Amino acid sequence: MKPQELATLANSIRRRDLQAVFEAGAGHIGGEMSVIDILTALYFQVMSVHPENPLDPKRDRLVLSKGHTALALYVVLSERGFIRKDEISSFLQHHSRLNGHPNCVKVPGVETNTGPLGHGLPVGVGMAKAAKLNGDSWRTFVVAGDGEMQEGSNWEAIMAASHFKLDNLTLIIDHNRLQQGARLADTNNLAPLAPKLESFGWAIEEIDGHDMELICLALSLQTVTKGKPKCVIAHTNKGQGVSFMSDNVAWHHKVPNKEQYRQAMAELTDTVQ
Amino acid sequence: MSTPFESAKLHDCRDAFTGVLEELGAANNDIVAVCNDSVGSSKLGNFRDMFPERLINVGIAEQNMVGVAAGLANGGKIPFVCAASPFLTGRALEQIKADVAYSETNVKLVGISSGMAYGELGPTHHSIEDFAWVRALPNVPVVAPADRIETAAAVRWAAGHKGGCFLRLSRVGVPDVLPDGHVFRLGKADILRDGGDVTIVANGVLTHRAIVAADILKERGISARVINMASVRPIDADKILQAAKETGAILSCEEHTIFGGLGSAVAEVVVDMHPVPMKRLGVPGVFAHTASANTLLDDFGMSPEAIAESGSELLKRKE
Ligand SMILES: Cc1ncc(C[n+]2csc(CCOP(=O)(O)OP(=O)(O)O)c2C)c(N)n1
Ligand SMILES: [Mg+2]
Repeated sequence: MKPQELATLANSIRRRDLQAVFEAGAGHIGGEMSVIDILTALYFQVMSVHPENPLDPKRDRLVLSKGHTALALYVVLSERGFIRKDEISSFLQHHSRLNGHPNCVKVPGVETNTGPLGHGLPVGVGMAKAAKLNGDSWRTFVVAGDGEMQEGSNWEAIMAASHFKLDNLTLIIDHNRLQQGARLADTNNLAPLAPKLESFGWAIEEIDGHDMELICLALSLQTVTKGKPKCVIAHTNKGQGVSFMSDNVAWHHKVPNKEQYRQAMAELTDTVQ
Repeated sequence: MSTPFESAKLHDCRDAFTGVLEELGAANNDIVAVCNDSVGSSKLGNFRDMFPERLINVGIAEQNMVGVAAGLANGGKIPFVCAASPFLTGRALEQIKADVAYSETNVKLVGISSGMAYGELGPTHHSIEDFAWVRALPNVPVVAPADRIETAAAVRWAAGHKGGCFLRLSRVGVPDVLPDGHVFRLGKADILRDGGDVTIVANGVLTHRAIVAADILKERGISARVINMASVRPIDADKILQAAKETGAILSCEEHTIFGGLGSAVAEVVVDMHPVPMKRLGVPGVFAHTASANTLLDDFGMSPEAIAESGSELLKRKE
């Protein structure tokens, strides 16, 4: 898909996500809006995945480590054909398999269960190591929140990945500068992220995480450094696409009221035209 | 039938917790709060505004959080570690074991939104193993208050207690079940309804449901005793023994897996001291389906009606 088409698709995914949060009365809208461009690029351009055979051993793997934004993944998976589009309306409903955090046992396309932060990268290291052991060329992508990078388990995995020379592993940090209750800078500032990761032996690329062309390029095979795991620091906005949510910590998991919903939908619709 | 709590106001026990913590903080400079990006979910906003330098937010890093608290205790502080219970107990269990229990540090662990309070957020966010995990450790009393009154009393007790402890709190609204002025005593349970045919043992968000169940049984001519067992370890063995002898049947209900929690703790006493028929209600060893907190309790057979039904079924097993 061309960058412009991807952007249009990401926009409709944002609207479906927003609608589901509004209807369910819950969700993590801020982090969903910030990660949707990345997930769209991965599933519609970068990764080789097979909705008709979701467990194809040669598939590329995606681990959404910031599992609280499960809804964004569900909508992307439904657009890609892993689950039915009309199933999104069951989000959080009694007995739905679409709960607030993704469940690989029930939902095709989900690789591992996340929700507690700091779990995705270690599992991703294991996946990438397995591919190496198998002599396979499939790739592993892990999407983590920037606040999530405060978890020590991530840094243990970062050390392991470079030690194992996992150039088939890509970590994408959704760097929206906000965590649950405050800005990272006011909580436990990880800045500067790039030199830290670099000194741990990773290849780093910093991009605008809402520019489809740059996302696709940074995740493409041709930009991988042989022998090094890659980290893409995607500079994003929490609440991207909706003016009053954007870069506003209040919208970590707030639910829009009717008026806010109408306005947010209108803004996202304008973007397409 | 009219139940005692039909029109009762429901309270979020986090408010009682932070209210007392702020009061204790004002009286004692050594009281500090330690959290993991959980100022909002632990309702620590006021505490932070009152004592900015005594709110230690380590970020999203639970193992570090409990270790830091142990160090603070070593330096003479009285840390209250406030975090969602699944991440506090699950993620930092080894820190709880080595840095708090084994090192005998004065760390107060406060598990917020325990049990299935997070409802639809799913099993990763449910904390239905925490009684079992922490109860297995020496030196860390495990306490699950039933309402805001008992929560406030338990927080006061914790601050004065020399050593670590685990307070298991919820965010799900509950009515008042204990009398005003109630004083929490570790290892002492409270009989909230007396009765001679069967005993229902409960704690936390289940206690008010157990009381309603006892009232339902009363209408059916069955006299049920209700014991509120906030203190899971140490447990009130005397009251369990007495209940076994006097009522001859014990039903436990808990917002926890039935493996290793309150029911197991009660059964350990019953088996050792005076075996009688028992039934343990709780989550039957599965990861919960998607539902709200209260719906999950109903779905797992812990609506007041279902508790009452289990009580009368249990009676049939008495000799
Ligand atoms: C181990 C663990 N601790 C705490 C939480 C609660 N929590 C959920 S989301 C969140 C903030 C995440 O911030 P960030 O990683 O920056 O994600 P984003 O901004 O993309 O939403 C927190 C603290 C959790 N899910 N897991
Ligand atoms: Mg963030």
